[in-house]
Amino acid sequence: MYISVSDRNGGKKDAQPASNDPKLPQQAFRLSPVILWLGIVSMFTDISSESVSAVLPLYITGFLGLSAIAFGILDGINQGASAIVRIAAGWAADRSGHPKRIALAGYGLSMAARVGFLFAGGFWALTAIVTGDRIGKGIRTAPRDALITVSAQPEYLARHFGVHRMLDNIGAATGPLLAFFILMLIPNGYGTLFVVSLAFAVIGVATLALLVPNLKTGKPAGSAPEPRRSPSFVFRWSLLREPGLGRLLVASGLLGLLTVGDGFIYLVLQDRDSFAVQWFPLLYVGTNVVFLILAIPLGRLADRWGKAKVFVAGHIALLLCYVLAAAPLGGLGPTLGCLVLLGAFYAATDGVLAALASQLTPPEKLATGIGAAQTVVALSRMAASAGFGVLWFSLGPSTAMMVVGGCLAVALPASLLILRAGVRQRQSA
Amino acid sequence: MNPAGGRKRWIILLAITVLVLAGAGSYAAVAFQRFQDSRSAASAVSVASGGALPAASFVMFRNTAPGQGYGMAGTVPLAAPSGQRFLAAEACDRIYGTARNVICLKTNRGLVTNFEAVLLNREWQPTGRWAVPGIPSRTRMSADGSLVSTTVFVSGHSYGASGFSTETSITRTDGGPGTGNLEDFALLVNGSRVTAADRNIWGVTFVPGDADAFYATAASSGRIWLVKGSMSGRTLTAVHDGVECPSVSPDGGRVAYKKNTGTALAAHWKVAILDLASDKETVLAEPRSVDDQIEWLDDGTLLYGLARDGAEGDSDIWQIKTDPSAVASLYIEHAWSPAVVR
Repeated sequence: MYISVSDRNGGKKDAQPASNDPKLPQQAFRLSPVILWLGIVSMFTDISSESVSAVLPLYITGFLGLSAIAFGILDGINQGASAIVRIAAGWAADRSGHPKRIALAGYGLSMAARVGFLFAGGFWALTAIVTGDRIGKGIRTAPRDALITVSAQPEYLARHFGVHRMLDNIGAATGPLLAFFILMLIPNGYGTLFVVSLAFAVIGVATLALLVPNLKTGKPAGSAPEPRRSPSFVFRWSLLREPGLGRLLVASGLLGLLTVGDGFIYLVLQDRDSFAVQWFPLLYVGTNVVFLILAIPLGRLADRWGKAKVFVAGHIALLLCYVLAAAPLGGLGPTLGCLVLLGAFYAATDGVLAALASQLTPPEKLATGIGAAQTVVALSRMAASAGFGVLWFSLGPSTAMMVVGGCLAVALPASLLILRAGVRQRQSA
Repeated sequence: MNPAGGRKRWIILLAITVLVLAGAGSYAAVAFQRFQDSRSAASAVSVASGGALPAASFVMFRNTAPGQGYGMAGTVPLAAPSGQRFLAAEACDRIYGTARNVICLKTNRGLVTNFEAVLLNREWQPTGRWAVPGIPSRTRMSADGSLVSTTVFVSGHSYGASGFSTETSITRTDGGPGTGNLEDFALLVNGSRVTAADRNIWGVTFVPGDADAFYATAASSGRIWLVKGSMSGRTLTAVHDGVECPSVSPDGGRVAYKKNTGTALAAHWKVAILDLASDKETVLAEPRSVDDQIEWLDDGTLLYGLARDGAEGDSDIWQIKTDPSAVASLYIEHAWSPAVVR
């Protein structure tokens, strides 16, 4: 019943009957080349950005000393800016009707920031570069996800997102390994790393510019019989009252507030397991590997079983991860179990959220809707991390984790109800 | 796009890909060759590979002279600091020690880079090692060699974020229970307990002749204190403002430290000395920003490391008298992380 609610058709694909009725025979899954290219763009871009992020702390403490703590503060501000820029970029993409241009601007800005690393000479320069990179990331996400949506077969939307997220995470898992490989060969080889990172960023941007068609959004071919208001050229908060989308924002915001950063989970694991201390960078890579393995299967599941259900079920994996982290267990098993659950959580929620948001948004506001959902999730998770930091120190790691887990257990059925009502609303709209 | 245009785009993309990969690849190859050459070149200073720790008083440090032996632990006699240096086969980012024990914080580079504290005896044989959760920053050992403190930068506390904090702990070299993370100690400022989540502790210094007490830096909500710690009481009590990376003098009466006269974001650290009895602070004239945990050469002279201009990864150890108008002079070239052992 959650399958393909709205009328997503690819810009250049044949009009197909709106498959509102899941009992109709479905077309076979055909991977759109656009999504493959977007995935490869993301893969190269992630190799580029994650290779630098992985060694940035080493680099900064190497020549900036303790003012690195100030960098941490600025980094928090950057994350906020990046979250807010997403919704603005989504709106710009909808307004222009050409999300590729906006996505290209975002990827281009991040690439330009990598050029800056070659010449960075101090704290402020470095801060400006990192800010540029983060804002670029904020700009590109929503328009890119809009491109994925209009290129995908509607009944296989989540699976297409799964394909993209898998490629994306191959990059995210490769980047840190590449960086440490370069530093293993050349211990002070940061210059080399920045050059290699720039090379991958250039390939990513070139792939996007040359191979991804400039698809239009907003006016789907094979026009759907949906009553539509005149296209809005100003951002309207009323978007958030779109049938369905508002509820998605509420539900994902609620769950986001109970999603403590993985950093904290890694810390809990490090607290009791020396393996986690010694192989700390592997925790991040391990989570990404699980994410990339499960991205497509969980996307398929979301298409078949319901995106809202899979989105909520992903949070059950997160809840189990909290329990496993808080339980008085030690050793390798629980640590690996946590990584698998965390990877499953991301695989079940990241691409599925974008798919769900695009399903619940009218076509002319597609990128804004996706951007709004991602902004809400990013901001609520930031708030969650800040709040959890306080809980951590007042209650201790395990108790704090159990408290958040308890709240999450209560929020899960509530958010499922909210989401189901939202999807129904949208269907009848 | 039409097939012809499509093929053209493919060719352009292929050309760009080949071009940038070739460019980055050759840059990397040249950099790797340069590194190989510099590593196998003769050291820029006079070095010998030494056996055990010297019997006479000496200074222990990290050798940063380009060429063979870069990054290795080294010693010079206290009587001849600029003379030939004896290098051990142990690479350390930060090093400290006594006449019998050495603590070495190191980065194990590999596909998965991790960090380790290694305890060595006077023959440089490892007697203990444990993983530390971040990039080595400071280390100290108590005069009797029974306690070791380590401060590391912990990074990557959240997905995709690179927020920073420090992790500082004290370990017993006999294997007894250490303190764990000092952030778990009760931080007391003006009699009341600070419970803010953003507490950070770094830069421990041990008090001569006192097995329980130490000093360190504590920070929270933008404020920084010199704290006196008690291992048995598990408390950190603020005794002065604005003191970073304290170092107790050999006579136990003063603390040398770095004092930030810039802003939190653009720090400039002056060298300063606090008289513990009178609470009187003396800021030295050294104009350069000193980001190091200072070491006492004797009761009237301080040592600290400064990055060497224009030479990435190289540094020098400077000395300065504790007199406010004193001018610093070079003590050991191409060296870092000094520990004076008498």
